[in-house]
Amino acid sequence: MTPLTAQAAIDRYYLETRCKLIEIAANLDRIDRGDGAAGAAADPRMAKVLEALALLNRTDITTADRAERLQRVFSQQFEEGWAIPNKK
Amino acid sequence: MRYIDPHIHMISRLTDDYERLAHAGCVAVSEPAFWAGFDRGSSLAFRDYFRQLTEVEPKRAAQYAIKHFCWLCINAKEAENVSLSREVIAMIPEFLDKPNVLGIGEIGLNKNTKNEATIFCEHLELAASRDELVLIHTPHLEDKYKGTRMILDMLRNESRLKPERVLVDHAEEHTIKPILDAGYWCGMTLYPVTKCTPQRSADMLERFGSTRVCVNSAGDWGPSNPMNVPALMLEMRLRGHSDAEISKVVYDNPLAFFKQCKRFKWSEE
Ligand SMILES: [Zn+2]
Repeated sequence: MTPLTAQAAIDRYYLETRCKLIEIAANLDRIDRGDGAAGAAADPRMAKVLEALALLNRTDITTADRAERLQRVFSQQFEEGWAIPNKK
Repeated sequence: MRYIDPHIHMISRLTDDYERLAHAGCVAVSEPAFWAGFDRGSSLAFRDYFRQLTEVEPKRAAQYAIKHFCWLCINAKEAENVSLSREVIAMIPEFLDKPNVLGIGEIGLNKNTKNEATIFCEHLELAASRDELVLIHTPHLEDKYKGTRMILDMLRNESRLKPERVLVDHAEEHTIKPILDAGYWCGMTLYPVTKCTPQRSADMLERFGSTRVCVNSAGDWGPSNPMNVPALMLEMRLRGHSDAEISKVVYDNPLAFFKQCKRFKWSEE
């Protein structure tokens, strides 16, 4: 399946992307405006949000796998060799 | 264009939704057994649920010329209760010869606990011994990657189950490749907030191809949209993908997976 050209993808998704970025900015502002904003930074979920935003802003990644990388930021680690029930 | 929604919980939906699905071209649905939103009090409640899935729901669907198929199990959330789960698993064979049953599902993991893994393996044992297809739920959000990897390990451990007879559902960007690389079918769920959008699903189809990939709405009692498979079809069309490519994903693929079930009957109109 051939993807859209880059120009067609910008044309189609620019406004949606803009809208979602502004939503993120407003969400962060809402947290900052609330009582106890200083402590919010210590919430481990906020560290993940900031890590994800930094990932989005990286220009050295050209593998077009930002969504996958963000998913991993928000995922628990998997440990190989866990105790499979009735291991054969 | 006709399509199949291979994962949708119609008992939680209005009859009007059957009508909307039919208007949009839906010709068949498959409904995995899942969590009711509360823990059931005894295995008797599951017996009634299995009757609803095998007797009542096919009739409701037939009013709109939709074929209804289903999957039986105790879901991953209630699998935390091992003794209840074993009672339910022991009861499943009573229903396995019903004509609309496709296999065992949606089994899986929820919080990736030891009990969930134990009951998942006991379901696999039942499926392997009865040569049944398997439909698998992978966990939500931060548990998904770890849970999917655990599920793939347990599937590999049950060597009697052929990968092409197992569908691992709710795949997202970080789990689709390990599922497909291991030879299993993969499901993408078009569900608000916690799973995929039609746009991201179309992206994954472009990146990873459509071989052994199905898409579903997982419409249920939560905020969900039973019309999301048609939404993906539109997204694909807007990107210039052909009718044949769209039909492969939303019709040919689920049909090919279902056809492996010995009870499955299908007449092409
Ligand atoms: Zn489900």
